[in-house]
This record gives sequence, C-alpha cells and structure tokens, in this order.
Amino acid sequence: MAEQQTLLAAHEVAKHFGGVKALHDVSLTIHRGEIYGLIGPNGAGKTTFFNCLTGLYRNEGGHFVFDGVKLEADAPHKAAEVGIARTFQNIRLFGNMTAIENVMVGRHLRTRAGVFGAISRNSATRAEEAAIARRADELLHYVGIQERSHDYARYLSYGDQRRLEIARALATEPKLLALDEPAAGMNGTETEALRVLVEGIRRDGVTVLLIEHDVKLVMGLCDRVAVLDYGEKICEDVPAIVQKDARVIEAYLGG
Amino acid sequence: MSGRFGRSPRGMQHWLGFLLLLAVLLAIPFVAALGGQAWVRIANFAILYVFLALGLNIVVGYAGLLDLGYVAFYAVGAYCYALLASPHFGIHLPFWVILPFGAAVACLFGVLLGAPTLKLRGDYLAIVTLGFGEIIRIFMNNLNAPINVTNGAQGITLIDPIRIGDFSFAKTSTIFGVTLSGPQKYYFLLVALAALVIVVNIRLQNSRIGRAWQAIREDEVAAKACGINTRNIKLLAFAMGASFGGIAGGVFAAMQGFVSPESFSLMESITILAMVVLGGMGHIPGVILGAILLTGLPEALRYGIEPLQKAVFGRMIIDPESLRMLVFGLALVLVMRFRPAGLWPSSLRRRELSEATD
Repeated sequence: MAEQQTLLAAHEVAKHFGGVKALHDVSLTIHRGEIYGLIGPNGAGKTTFFNCLTGLYRNEGGHFVFDGVKLEADAPHKAAEVGIARTFQNIRLFGNMTAIENVMVGRHLRTRAGVFGAISRNSATRAEEAAIARRADELLHYVGIQERSHDYARYLSYGDQRRLEIARALATEPKLLALDEPAAGMNGTETEALRVLVEGIRRDGVTVLLIEHDVKLVMGLCDRVAVLDYGEKICEDVPAIVQKDARVIEAYLGG
Repeated sequence: MSGRFGRSPRGMQHWLGFLLLLAVLLAIPFVAALGGQAWVRIANFAILYVFLALGLNIVVGYAGLLDLGYVAFYAVGAYCYALLASPHFGIHLPFWVILPFGAAVACLFGVLLGAPTLKLRGDYLAIVTLGFGEIIRIFMNNLNAPINVTNGAQGITLIDPIRIGDFSFAKTSTIFGVTLSGPQKYYFLLVALAALVIVVNIRLQNSRIGRAWQAIREDEVAAKACGINTRNIKLLAFAMGASFGGIAGGVFAAMQGFVSPESFSLMESITILAMVVLGGMGHIPGVILGAILLTGLPEALRYGIEPLQKAVFGRMIIDPESLRMLVFGLALVLVMRFRPAGLWPSSLRRRELSEATD
C-alpha cells in the first residue's frame, strides 16, 4: 500500500436519539484496500455509525464521501447500489429461503430481469438466472458453506449463518464490506476461520470495515483502528499505537 | 421447475400425471352437467376463485402483504367490463379490449392503494386495505347520482357475454359434434385463464422479482440492505395482484351478465384470503386446493344438508343456510388448529429447487 487512496471519508457525522448523543461529530477516513476496525465499549455508537453509513438512519449532522462522491444515503438500497454492503449484529437472513436463494437475492441489484422477463422466461432472462445461480454458488464455495446450499437459512448453524450473511453481502459486488460484530458468539476455531475469510476478502480487492468486540481479532486483523467512546472518536491509528493509547485503555478498563 | 418434465422415469410419471389431470379437467364439465348446469356453474366459480386466490397469493403469499381489500380490484374489473359492454352506456366493446383494459385499471387502483400504505405492515396494512375494499364497494353503490355511472345498488344488467365473431359464450353450440352449453364453454375459458395464472405464479416465484418479494416478506430491513428498492417491488406486487383481480372481475361480469355492489362485500375478500391461508400460503398447489375446497364445500353442504336431515330426522330441524356457515366456520377453525401452515404447505420446495439448479 504505497499510495493510500481514500475510499470512505466521514465528516463530522452526528446523530442523536432524543437527548442522547449517539454520535458526536465523528470523522474518519478509510483507505482503499484496508481492513479498518471500529471498536469501543457497548453503546459507544458503533452500530449507529453503521446505520447512518448504510442509510438505515439519517444522520443529523455531517456527511459521508464515498469513492469521491457525497452519499445521499436517504435509502438503504442506494447505499448498496454505490457499493456499500453490510451484515447485521443480530443476523438478519431470509430464514424461510434456502442459503443459495439468500445469496441470489444479493444479486438483485446487479441484475435486470423484470416481471415480463420472468413470465416470458426469454433467453436473456434464462441466461441471467443461470448467471445468478452460478455466482451464488461460487460465493457459497468462497465462504465455505456450499454443502448447505439448499438448506433453509434458519436451520444453519450460527457460524454458517454469519458466513451466509457475508456471502449475501458480497453478492452485491461491494467496494466496502461493513461487518457488524461478525465474530460475536463464535468459538476460537470459528473466529480463526473468519479471520482467514476476511483477509481473503481484502486480498480480492474489497475494503473491509469491521465492528468488533474481540480486541485480539481486531488487533491481529486490522490495518488501522478507530475507537469510539460515548459517541466520540477518541483515537484512530495502527493497532500497535491504539493499544497503548491512554484514553483507549481508560475507556475499556473504565478507569 | 425445468427438471420436472425431464426424460427420467420420474419425468415419465410427471407426464402421466399431467395427462391424467388433463383428462379429469376435460371430463369435469360433462360429468357435472349430468347433475344439471348448476353444477357446471359451481365448477366455474371454483376455477374463478382459483384464479383470484392465485392473484392474491402474489401479494399475500409471496410479498407477505396482508391485503383484506382484494375484492376491490375484482369489483373494478367487473364494473369496467359491465360499463363497456352493456346497454347501460350503449357501449359494446369486444372482450379482448375490455379484459386488458380492466386489468390495467385494476392495476392502477393497486398502485393507488399500495402507494400510501408502503410503510405499513401486518395488522395496520390489513385495516387500511379493508377500508379500501369497502370504499370501492360504497362508491359502486352510490355512483348513480348526479350522473348515473354504476346504476347504484340495482347493478348493471344485460352485460354482453364473451363473444368471438358469431361464437357466443352465452348460447349452446356444437363444435366438432360435441354440444357445449354456455357454462361449459366458460369452463374451458376459465381453465385456460387459470393455467395462465398458474404459469405466471410459478415463473415469478423462481425469478429475480419473486425472490425480492420473498426477501421483503422475510426481513424488509435486510432486503433493503441487499439493494432492493422495497418501495417499487412492493408496488409491483400490489399491481400484479390487482391486475389478476381485474381480469377475474371481467370474466365474472361476462359470465353472470349482471353485476351489483352486493357481489363485492368484505366477506368475499375474506373468503379469498382464507383460500390462500387455508391452502398453504405461497404454495401454488395448496392455494388451488384451498380455492376449490372453499368454493365446493359450501355448495356441497347446501345440497347435502337438507336431504341428510330429512333422512335422519324425517324433517328439517336446522335451517340449511345457517348450518352451512356453521360447518364451514368449524372446518376453518379445525384446519388452522391442526395444520397451521395450511392444508398443503410447500414441503417439496427444497427438492424442486435442487433439481432446478442441477
């Protein structure tokens, strides 16, 4: 990473719920191709930041610049369209659809067929459907759950559901993949496999924004880390420096 | 679904099953006619309801939007046909103009209902759609003054039957040595229309749009995060469902020769919804079964209860009409108690899918 291009810049993003300041003028910069960690104690505003970024919440102050363009993220599907895909802290899969169908839904954005294509099932639609199924299958292989392809998502194990959510997010062809606590509730082996997967995703050219509680995972995986505390960014640097920062230690240990 | 009629032994079985089904469908109007044309008409209504239920299935079963005013679109289609092919305005357009026109108008009403209700779900949506259904019915009832558009509660009579050249669906005629009565002809038309709506349902189910509907039904927030424009996709579901309701209404008007607001009550909406839920929401064979049972059962009870009471008690004890509704209601409760996913829910779906992607 000789030259560092900015992929996402948050400028003084602010969000409050009633009198509670969930985010207080948070600014941060994510470079293209890096794994960027966002950590902080519970209630620090990490998920709120995610929700503002992906258009689920509307931030009251500040703005995001993504890939050189100011985000008008007033609707989540627009965020996905410009290339921001996400997973959810409390997994949100389409439970009564099979694993592969879940990933196929992720292809919605990058495909075209409408009602008339579906009903007439013309050659263009058939080709597109085949491509969707093929790509979904590839992605299931990629995250390592191809053998669960035709199982309903709600019957998958916890770790597999996390992986399926990542596969579904990748299906939208994101430039930035935002993972909200992907290792939550995973055991050591599963966390290690997740680390390998996330590194692979970065190697394949997708920038990763990671919210995580597992400090060891974040420090081992991320190129840079930002720390939120009570809605404010208190630190942003490479893991080695962040770990030694007095304010971070205080926030985590409750000083 | 593409693998279903393959050249495997199972494919052969499917073909045999298909031929058997075709034979049964062909035989029904003739067998029913032995008991009188009334039975053919009952069969026709059963198929009309299959059509309606599958239209509603798109909205409720696939997209998961609880619509209690579906009959409004049926009414719009029926009145479109009635106004454009009757002496009421003296307009007599051919059916192939009116049916698509009725579908388009119903589609427009679908969007009109859908647009303000996009943010509503579940019970809230049900209440608004219920109100919408009633509004349409009340409009039909009262649009006879100051300008007489719908002829109010008296309804519109002498509606043209479906006619292709000199071949009218209202009269008995002989084709290739087979004598067909009017209802029998409508029967075949309705079977063709039902086949069409079944194909549309199947194809939509395993399509980009169908998956988007299911995704919205499962988790709207996640669907949005996947880049689905939920507003447009939901409106599309309303519009598609409404169009089918419009077509069904047109055929109903032509078949009956008479429409009045009475035919489009809330009870009708609920019956159609019950067909979808009882049969197995989102599962095409289940919905078909639900529609046939819920049309056939009340009629069977109507004709069966009186002789039964006479045979058992020697006289009439309970009014057949009230007993009919009692048995009907009880049947609904029992089905929902013991088969909450519907009589025929989609258990085979996984296997079909694995074949389709092979």
